[in-house]
This record gives sequence, structure tokens and C-alpha cells, in this order.
Amino acid sequence: MMNLRKFLAMFFVGALFLTSCSDDDDNPDPGTEEELITTMKVTLTETGGTDTVTLNFFDEDGENGSIPPEDNVEGTLKTNTTYSGTIVLENESEDPVEVVNEEIEREADEHQFFYFVPENEDDLGITTAYTDKESDYRNSDGDLFPSENPVGITFTLTTTDQTGDTKLRVVLRHELIKDAAGVADGDITNAEGSPDVDWVFDITVEDVVVQ
Amino acid sequence: MKRFTFTLVFLLGVFISSAQDCNRSLTGQVIDFHDGVPLEGATITFNNIKIVTDSNGTYTINGLCAVSYAFTVSHVDCNSQVFTIDMSKVTTKDFYLEHHLNELDEVKVAGKIKQETSSSQEQTITTDIIEKYSSATLGDALREIPGVSSLNTGSTIVKPIIQGLSGSRILIMNNNVRMQDMEWGDEHAPNIDINTAGSVTVVKGASALQYGGDAIGGIIIMKPSRIPAKDTLFGKTLLTGATNGRGGSISSEIVKGYENGWFLKAQGALKRFGDFEAPDYVLSNTGVFEKGASVAFGINTFEYGLDAFYSFYDAEIGILSSSHIGNVDDLIQSINSGQPDIIRDFTYEIINPRQEVTHHLGKVTYYKRFEELGKWTTQYDFQLNQRFEFDVRREGGSESNRPSVDLELTTHTLASDFEFDAKPNYSLKAGILLRYQDNVADIASTGVRRLIPDYNKYDAGAFFTGEFDINESLIMDAGIRYDFNRIDAKKFYQESRWDERGYETDFSDIVIDREVRNSQLLVNPVFDYHNISSTVGIQYSFKEEYQLRTNYALAQRAPNPAELFSDGLHHSAARIEIGDLRIDQETSHKLSVSLQKNNEKWGWEIAPYANFIKDYILLEPTGANLTIRGAFPVWEYRQTDARLLGIDAKMYVNWSRHWQTDHNFSLVKGKETDNDVPLINMPAPNFTNKLTFLKEDWFNLQASLESQYTFRQNEFPPNIDVFSQDVREDVELEINTPPDAYHLINFDTNMKFRLGKKNDLKVGLTINNVLNTNYRNYLNRLRYFADDLGRNFLLRISINY
Repeated sequence: MMNLRKFLAMFFVGALFLTSCSDDDDNPDPGTEEELITTMKVTLTETGGTDTVTLNFFDEDGENGSIPPEDNVEGTLKTNTTYSGTIVLENESEDPVEVVNEEIEREADEHQFFYFVPENEDDLGITTAYTDKESDYRNSDGDLFPSENPVGITFTLTTTDQTGDTKLRVVLRHELIKDAAGVADGDITNAEGSPDVDWVFDITVEDVVVQ
Repeated sequence: MKRFTFTLVFLLGVFISSAQDCNRSLTGQVIDFHDGVPLEGATITFNNIKIVTDSNGTYTINGLCAVSYAFTVSHVDCNSQVFTIDMSKVTTKDFYLEHHLNELDEVKVAGKIKQETSSSQEQTITTDIIEKYSSATLGDALREIPGVSSLNTGSTIVKPIIQGLSGSRILIMNNNVRMQDMEWGDEHAPNIDINTAGSVTVVKGASALQYGGDAIGGIIIMKPSRIPAKDTLFGKTLLTGATNGRGGSISSEIVKGYENGWFLKAQGALKRFGDFEAPDYVLSNTGVFEKGASVAFGINTFEYGLDAFYSFYDAEIGILSSSHIGNVDDLIQSINSGQPDIIRDFTYEIINPRQEVTHHLGKVTYYKRFEELGKWTTQYDFQLNQRFEFDVRREGGSESNRPSVDLELTTHTLASDFEFDAKPNYSLKAGILLRYQDNVADIASTGVRRLIPDYNKYDAGAFFTGEFDINESLIMDAGIRYDFNRIDAKKFYQESRWDERGYETDFSDIVIDREVRNSQLLVNPVFDYHNISSTVGIQYSFKEEYQLRTNYALAQRAPNPAELFSDGLHHSAARIEIGDLRIDQETSHKLSVSLQKNNEKWGWEIAPYANFIKDYILLEPTGANLTIRGAFPVWEYRQTDARLLGIDAKMYVNWSRHWQTDHNFSLVKGKETDNDVPLINMPAPNFTNKLTFLKEDWFNLQASLESQYTFRQNEFPPNIDVFSQDVREDVELEINTPPDAYHLINFDTNMKFRLGKKNDLKVGLTINNVLNTNYRNYLNRLRYFADDLGRNFLLRISINY
């Protein structure tokens, strides 16, 4: 009989659990979706000039959402010109807008951008080169990185005398192998890692029209 | 203790008796407690006097004094019992004895195992096989049963498939507790350590209604080994070492039993493997570290029993590094390249992507038997399941300690049933169940949109089953069950998704907040489901060696949270999974037949089945979504009518005392009923043949060579076209194309040595994939990225003491 009593005691403790858990009518926290990039803007400014070409990407509802991202390119590139480029990544779903660049700078040694014409397109002789290195950025402790590998937040893009329509692929990878062959020169082939950005823009190179 | 009481009472009796007149008498019957049948030939002993009951079980004892006596009542089939009776107050007394000892001690009657159902297809694996898979998983061990296969994510996440169905359609009973461990995800393996089981029975269908009504695929019943009601202390330690993965496991248990029925059992297991290896390369980041422990104590007597059980399970599982892909182009590249793009040196370290799952299970069971009526059982159980999935994040990378999935599932269940088993030719069972479940998805810890929302779930069920022995050779069983499920969720939808799904027209009334930040809605779906399940079947035994079983089962299953609410990018799977609020329950009609013949020389079983499922819920790739990271395959849940037709067959032949062969074959065809399109993830036919050599004189030597042939799955749904950033056009993504057929050879041998009087030492060696064959398995979700396991030597040592 003792056993039964013990059992009943445990039983009621269980029942108590049952009732005490079921009265949470509070709504859950919507939280913040981190690591989201809604906006990408690549600005190409003519060296020694004022002409700019901007490549814009915007995905209103992020990568989980059903609305497809939109992109557009403002301006056309000129032949035989070197442009200095910068890239800005933002999360506009946050208020204030989160600048993702800051996070990439903090982890500069784990990230790298790549800018290139996709393999099966005519590259019109376009070349790109990095103009920054890890040692330009500060890690989460506020110290400058000691290493010199490129990051690609700033870069140059140079056109030749070839004209026409082509594509520019913009890739950001993290946890890549930065010292693999060619990676420091912007060749993605051996880079591995995981993509954070992988988008292709339509670009046009035209002859300079003197007005 | 009992002896001491006996002596005391005896002495007391003698002492007092000297002062009293001694002309009293006691009459009565000795009766079987279980079914009320009087027991002939039972003995009643007191003061060195022995009295035997007659054919009516009656007895008369004369010349007793008016004092207390201790009578020891015995019967050949029963436990002896001591009854103390004060003769100054009593003249008649019926003694009830516990018959049916086998239920307590599990004395195996001619090797026959008590079955879960009489009429459906079922099979049990026992200690030998469980020990063989001590360092593997439940799903691996169950593949020994024809018709059972598994859906794998690598080699350590193994979900059982029964006759083509898996996940929520399979119910797993762990020590009479229904596992609630987020079985809804493809990469969520049962959170169970196989070493806790003494036997595992698979019922291929929904016919065991006392466990649940929604087991459209089947039921897996894990039971601990029984503890005999006698003074005993025994234990077992099992060590396994394997070359592939360079690890092993240790499992140990100790049992203390007392004659009065009390028992205590403790068990623990540890498993550790580093990276596994395919024939040609290391499968980087596939290690596993698993810990399990359980304790049980209580009292089991014939009349009543109380059993408390607690188990803990924790597993950290690495997911193949190269399976973490960025987008569709990576997937295409993986499918084309034929080998993983990340191959590192062997290591025990587990980095992201990985899973860490913990499962706590506690229960208390009480039962009481009532004379000539039956047994009442009540059980409360508590389960806490915690799941973390870690991903290669942009911030922190593969070292990140921030999970991308953080789910905590708490379940309380109260169940009670009564089994009327007093009558010899039928038994009935009726029971009820109440369950409450609470899921919490922690977004503060993850910073990733919830894939599964917070929800509360309420279940209530009632069943009534019966088994009738119509005559010597014909048994019928039948049952009916009703289950109510209510799911009450709080979910955030992105406005864009809400509109895209067209939910505004159908579900605008469940929106509770339209002003949530980041253009989200908070909705509160409360869905009720009423499920009816029933079964009827017969078992007919004829010509001594033959048995025919026929069973029909109707089962209904309410959709699980993933099917209803999944919404978003599942990072670890690199796919966008989308559930549907409109999904309703599925209804299965399954007809199964099994004809078997068994004798000493040979035996066979042929078991065809047909399962017609109305509104079958499936998850399949439907296209791709473009994101800033490129395109991701979109997998959507939808419902369709489906039929699964299949057959499981097995045969054994004992060619001589030393040579034996076993042959298994299983085949299942799953199609959509309307358009004959094959269902996704249907197991390919497979054919297993095994040759065994047995020699008792050589320390019970057993050696077997096994050939496993798995055909190519030629029936699969069409592939999808996706946009590739690499080639700037739509390309076919061969996401459904199955890999080729493969043939594996396995070898197994074991010997048993006696150490002293009570101790046994068993040594076993297994070689899996003897020929180091390269192969990929259609039912392994990582088949796009890497080959399956290469050759593996496994050494097992088990000591019983």
C-alpha cells in the first residue's frame, strides 16, 4: 500500500508539472535575423575622374523570403579606364541599418571578395586587382591584423579597348583557403569556403564619346 | 528476511500453543490468482506437517491451536508463499497463488517470444544482434529485418524506414514510452542508445493500437531485458573497437534482483569515433561522441509492481564538411565531381556543421493485478529533448559556438490501461492517454529565423483491443482507437511568404499581430485533428508447421509541425523547406498477409502488403529560390494519394548440423495513385544471402559470410531545373537521380568461452564491406557529396558476470 501512496505522490507532482507548463500565453520574441544581407552596392569610380558606375542588389525579404531579389546597374564603363571600386553590404531590415562591412572587417582574415567575368562570357580584357589587405583592418580586439592577404573591400577594375556587353560576378566567401594557389590574385578556383555573396551583374563597356 | 519471519512466527506459534486447546480446523482452497482455477496438488506446510490439495484444490487442516500459524503454500508452477493466519479468528481461508511465472521470469516457452500482435507482420531482434550493433545505431541493427531499411545522413544519423515509410509514420516505444524526439526532420535520428534494449520488435504496420494510432509505417518496440524475481546480482560489459572511424564503444550494465521482487538496474554506454573513411578518402568531420546512461528500480511481483526509470542520452555528431554547400552551383559541382571537395587528415575533433542532441526520459509505472479479472497499468512519463544544430556561420565560421537551430521539446504523458486476461480464450485491453507537449525555439541564441515555431500540443486518446482464440489453430485480433490532437502554435511569417502562399484568404482570422518588425506577421494557428484507427486480423496455424497471418489496419496521422510550419532556409541541408498550413491528416489502409513455414530443417516466410494512403504527405524538391548567395533548392510539402505495394521474403535452410543459410529479399514500390509518378526516397529492392558455419564443440563457433546486393532504384520522381550562376542558364539538377546498384560482402564470427561457473566471455569479429567497395546509397542524404563507408574491422568482447 505504501508503494501506491508513493506512486500517487509522484503522480501528482507530474500532474502539477502538466498544469504549470500550460499557461504560457506570452507571445514569442520575433528576434532579429542576423547574418542577413539585403543590400549590396558596388561603386566604381573612374580614377582621376568623376564618372561612376554603380551595381545595385536589393532583396527586400532576405534569403528566406519568396520575393526574388532585384538588381540594376547605373552607368556604363568606358574603354581603357581604371576604376577604383568599393563594396558595401547592408542589412536594411534592421533599424538603424546594419553595415555588414564592419563585421567582415573584424574578421578580415576569414573573408575575401572576388570580382571576375564568368568563365563562359567574353571578358573584354577586363581585369581586377585588390587594393586593400588584412592589415588595413582591425580585429574584434581593436588591433590591426598582422597578415597581408587581400580582402577586397576596395579594388580596381580596368577596361581595355574592347567594347560590348558582359557580366561581372561578385563573390564573398568566408573560411576560405587564402593561401591557396591564385587566391591572393583574385582567382577563386582553389578558394573553397562558403559563399555569403554570389551574384552576377550585367555590365557594358562603351567607347568614350567626346562631347 | 522471509525465512526469518517464518522462524519467528513458527516459534511464537509453538510457544503459545503449549498453553492453548488445539482442536480448531482450517478449510479452504488453493486457487490460481490469475484465472481463479483451483490448484490440485498444491502443498501447505506448517510445523513440519504437509498437506496436499485434492482435485478441487481444497484442503482441510485439523488439530490447530488458537494461535498464529505460518503456512507455506506451494505449487509446482508457482512461487511459494507464506501466509500468517491467526487461528483464534479464522476457520476458512482461500490461498491465492501466483501462477504464470513465465510472465515474470520470461521463461522462454520453447523459444517462443511473446508477440505484440497476433495477425500483423512482425519480427524481433534479440541480444545477439543488439550486441553486434553495440557501437552502431538502432537503425543499423533493424536493417537485419527484411523490409526495414534506413534513411541516413552520413553513417551516424540513421532513421529507420519500415516498408518504405519513415519519420513521423514510425512510432518508437522505448521501455513503454513513446519517444518524442523531433522525429519530423530527415536528419533527426532517434535519440536512443541501442544498448539500453534487451529486445527490439518491429511491427510492420499500425496494428499494435495500444501504442498509438498513427503508426502508418510501423512500430518499433524496445524492451529492456526482464529481471528475474530472485536474489541475484549479474552484469555485462561489452567492448567494441573498430578500424573505420578509429573508435569504439563501451557499454556496461549491472542488475541486482531480490526474491521479493525488488530490483535495481544501472547501465551506461560511451561511444566515440573520429572521421569515418570511404574506400578512397577520409570523410572529414563525420565523428561522433555519444553518451548514454539509465537507471531503473522498483518492485515486480505478480500482484503489483512499481517501476521507475530514467535515461539520459547525449550525442554530438559531425556532419560531413563537404556537405555544407553554398548554393545550387556547389551542389551541381559536387554531383559532377564524384568526390568531396573537402578532404582533411583524420581527426577526432568535431567542428561545424554538427548537431548536439540531448534526451532525458523519466517514467514511473505502476501495475496491479485483480483476482480473476486482469491487470491495471498506469504510467506517467516525462521527456525533455534538446536539439542544437551548428552551422558554418559568416561570423565565427566552423568554430562558432552559436547554434543555428535551438529547439527544446518537453513532453508529459499519462497513460492508463486495463488488460482483462483472466479468461482462457480471450483477452481484452482498454486504455486512455493524455499528453502535453511544448516546443520552444530560441531565436535569441541563434539569430536565425525559426524553422519550426513555438507550439503547444495536446493529445488525448482511447483504445480498445481484443484477442480471441476461436479454436486451437485460429486466433483473431481486433482493435479500435481514437486520438485527438490539438496543435497551438505561435509563428512569425514574412508578409511576402504569407501572401505568396495565399494564406490571407484562408487564414486571415488567425493573425494576431500584423505590426511585427521587419514586415512580419504573428499568427496563432490552432488546429484540431480527430484520428480513428482500427485493425482486424487473424492468425491461422495449420499442418503444424505453417502459419498464416492476415491483417487490415486503418490508421490516421495528423501532420507534424515540420509539415505544417517549416518555413525558410535550412542551413545544414542547404535547402529552403516550406510547409503548408492547409495540410490535413493522412489516412492509410494497409492490408498485409504473411505465410510462413518453420521446422528444424528449413523455413520460409512470404509477406506481401499493400498500403493505400490518402493525402500522403511528402517533401520533395520543386525548384530553386534565388538569393544573394546564389540559388537554393526549394523543398515543399504537399499531399497526394499514394499506394505502396511490396513484399518481404525470407528463408532459412539448415543443411546440416554445421551449415546453415539465410536468404532475405524485400521490394517496395511507391507511386502516386493518380499519375503513377514514383514517390521520393523509396528503398531500392535488396537481396541478402548468408552462409553460416556453426560448431558447438569449438567454443560455440559461429562464422558467417554475407552478401548484400542493393539494386538501383529505377523509380524516382523527375529532377528539377534550376538557374545556375556559373553557366547563366537553367540546368537540370540531378537531385533525385539514384546512384548505381552495389554489392557488399560482410563477414562475422564469434566464439563463447566459459570463465568459471557463471561467467561468459564472448569474442566476435566483424568485417563490413570486405572488398572495400565504392558505393553510394540512394537513401543517404549525403550521397551527392561522398561515397559510403569503406572496409571496417570490428572487434567485440563481451563479458557476462
